[in-house]
Amino acid sequence: MGPELVNRLKGEQDAGAYPELDLLTDFQPQVEHALDLRQRSWVLIADASLRARPPFELTRMRPRRDPSFTTHALTPAAVLQVYREIEGAEPPATVLLAIRGYRFELGEGLSAGAATNLTACLRWLRRLLATEASRWDALLRHAPG
Amino acid sequence: MTSPLETAEDLAGLKRVVIEPLTRVEGHGKVTLLQDQEGHIRQARLHIAEFRGFEKFIQGRPYWELPVVVQRLCGICPVSHHLAAAKATDRLVGVTELTPTAEKVRRLMHYGQTLQSHALHFFHLASPDLLFGYDDEVHHRNILGLIQDHPELARQGVLLRKYGQEVIRVTAGRRVHGNGAIPGGVNKSVSPEERDTLKRDIGQVVRWGTEAVELIKRLFTHQLAYHSRFGSVPANTLSLVRGDGAFELYQGALRARDPEGRMIFDQVADRDYGEHLREAVKSWSYMKFPFIAELGPERGWYRVGPLARVNNCGFFPTALAEAERREFIALGKGAPVQSALAYHWARLIELLYCAEAIENLLEDPDISGDDLVTRGELQPSGIGVVEAPRGTLFHHYEIDSEGLVTKANLIVSTTNNNQAMNESIRQVAREYLDGNELTEPLLNRIEVAIRAYDPCLSCATHALGRMPLEVVLVDAAGGVVDHRYRQWDGGSSTLSTER
Repeated sequence: MGPELVNRLKGEQDAGAYPELDLLTDFQPQVEHALDLRQRSWVLIADASLRARPPFELTRMRPRRDPSFTTHALTPAAVLQVYREIEGAEPPATVLLAIRGYRFELGEGLSAGAATNLTACLRWLRRLLATEASRWDALLRHAPG
Repeated sequence: MTSPLETAEDLAGLKRVVIEPLTRVEGHGKVTLLQDQEGHIRQARLHIAEFRGFEKFIQGRPYWELPVVVQRLCGICPVSHHLAAAKATDRLVGVTELTPTAEKVRRLMHYGQTLQSHALHFFHLASPDLLFGYDDEVHHRNILGLIQDHPELARQGVLLRKYGQEVIRVTAGRRVHGNGAIPGGVNKSVSPEERDTLKRDIGQVVRWGTEAVELIKRLFTHQLAYHSRFGSVPANTLSLVRGDGAFELYQGALRARDPEGRMIFDQVADRDYGEHLREAVKSWSYMKFPFIAELGPERGWYRVGPLARVNNCGFFPTALAEAERREFIALGKGAPVQSALAYHWARLIELLYCAEAIENLLEDPDISGDDLVTRGELQPSGIGVVEAPRGTLFHHYEIDSEGLVTKANLIVSTTNNNQAMNESIRQVAREYLDGNELTEPLLNRIEVAIRAYDPCLSCATHALGRMPLEVVLVDAAGGVVDHRYRQWDGGSSTLSTER
C-alpha cells in the first residue's frame, strides 16, 4: 500500500500539487536510507500493517537501537538511530503511517477493506499537506491512532 | 566426504539445542545440535525450509513478466534474480547475443548490485564479529556498535551501499524492483548526465574498495591460524568463468575444481548445467543438496560464492583486484583456500573488482548507445545463469505456445551451498563447541560460519513475510530449559523471554 499511496500522490504532484514534497519508494529499510533523511523538515514513512487499527495509525518515531540489525530490514527507529550516529545530529521529525491491510499473498491486489483504508489515509494526508508544516505537530496530535 | 556429525549413531540421552534465527512465514532456517551428557556434539545440522511456492506462483504467467516479478524473491539481491530471469527470457525469445549497449548496461547493473550487496554483507552484517570478537556483548556486536566505535568505517559502508544503489537506479530505472532488463535487451541506456553523476564518485569508491581489502587482510592475518581453520572444509568449487578462465559474474561457462584445485569440468555451457549437476534429497531437510554428477552425492557437493569464484578463476581482468587475488591465493599454498572466513576476504576483492569494472564501463560510450533490443523466434525453454553476490544462480523456465510459463526451476546460491554450509557448521561445532556448555558467544560461532557463506535465506525459502526469531533449549528429557522469541510486524517488534 505504501507504493500505491506514493503513486497517487505522485499523480497529484505531476498536476502541480505539493511542490515541496519529495516522494521516495523502497523495499526494505537499510542503513543507507538514513542518508535520504538529510535536509528534510518532516518525514512520513508509509507502509501496510497487519496490526494497525483501521483505517490507519500514526506513530511519532524516535531513534532507537533495536534488534533489527539481525535482519536485512531495519526498523524506522533504527534508521533514525543510524542517522543520529553518522550525522552527529538529531534526525528530522518522523511519523510512521501504518495503513491497515488484510491479505498479503503474492500477486494479490488491494482488498476492499485495504482500499477503503488507503482512501481514508489519502484524504487525511491531503489535508496535512495543505497545511503549513509549522502546524503539523498540532495536527498529528489529533490524527487517527 | 560428508562429516560423521551429519547423523548421530544413537540418539538416546542426547540433549537437543535449536538455534532458530532465520524463520520466515512460509519457510525457515534453523540449526539443531545434539549434545551428550558430557557435552560432546554428536550431530549438527543446518535446516533450511525450501519453499517452492514461488515457482508455482509464476506458472501460467506470461514470460515477459518474469524479470520483474522474480525480484520479489529477495530484498537484498533482487537485481540478480532480475538478470538471471532476463537472461533466461533472452533464450525464450530466441536471442543468444545482446547488443553491446544492452550487455554493458546489464553488466553495470550487476556490478552495482554486487558492490552494494557485498558492502552490506561485510560492513553491516559480518564485520562486527571480526572487529569486536565473537564474545563481544550481543547488543554491541552489530552495525550500530560499528557506527559507534568505527564511525568512518561504518560511513564508508553506508556510502558504498548508496553508490551501488545509485548504479542500480540509473540502469534499472528505479530504486527498487526496476525493469531495466527486458527479454532480448534493456529498455534504457545510461544518459550522459547519469554517467557523469556516477563518474563523479567512482574514484572514491575504488579507493574505499582498496581500503576495505586492506582491512580484511589485517583482520584475517591478525589471527591467521585461527581464521584459516575456522569453518574450513575440503570442498569442490563451482562458478562461472570467462572463456579464457577470467573471473566472471554475468556471462560465462561453468567450471568446477576439486578440493586440491584439479579441474573436474570446465567451459560447460550454462544451458547444460543439468548434465553435470544433480540434486540429492535427505530425510531430515526440506532443502535439496546439489552435487556434481561425475562425483556422486557423497563426494560431489560443492561451494559457490566469492570464495569459490576467487579460487576458481585464472585471473581478474582488472589490475587492483588481480593483485589482491594473487596475494589471497598464496594463502592456499597451491590449493584452493578453504576457510569459511576467507569468504569475507574474497568478497571484498570482488567488491574492489566491481568498483574497477564500473569505472571502466563509465568510460565506455556503448553504455549510452541506442541499440537496445535484439529480437528472435520464441523458444520453448530458457536457462539463465548469473553469479549472484552469494553464488551461482540458475533460472530455468519452460513456456507454452502462448508464452505462458508451464514450468520453473530456480536453484539459488544458498541451495548450492547447502552441504558446504552444513559441513562448515559441523567443523565449528566439533572444534569450538564440543565438550563445552553452550553459551551465546559459542553459539554465535555457528552463526558466524553461516554468515560467512550467506546471511540471507529469503532466496532459499523463496518466500516473503514477517520474520520471527525463536531459540529453544531442550534438556535430555525433552523439557524446555530456555525459550526466546522475537516477533516482527513491519515497523515494530517485541522481544520476550520465558523460563
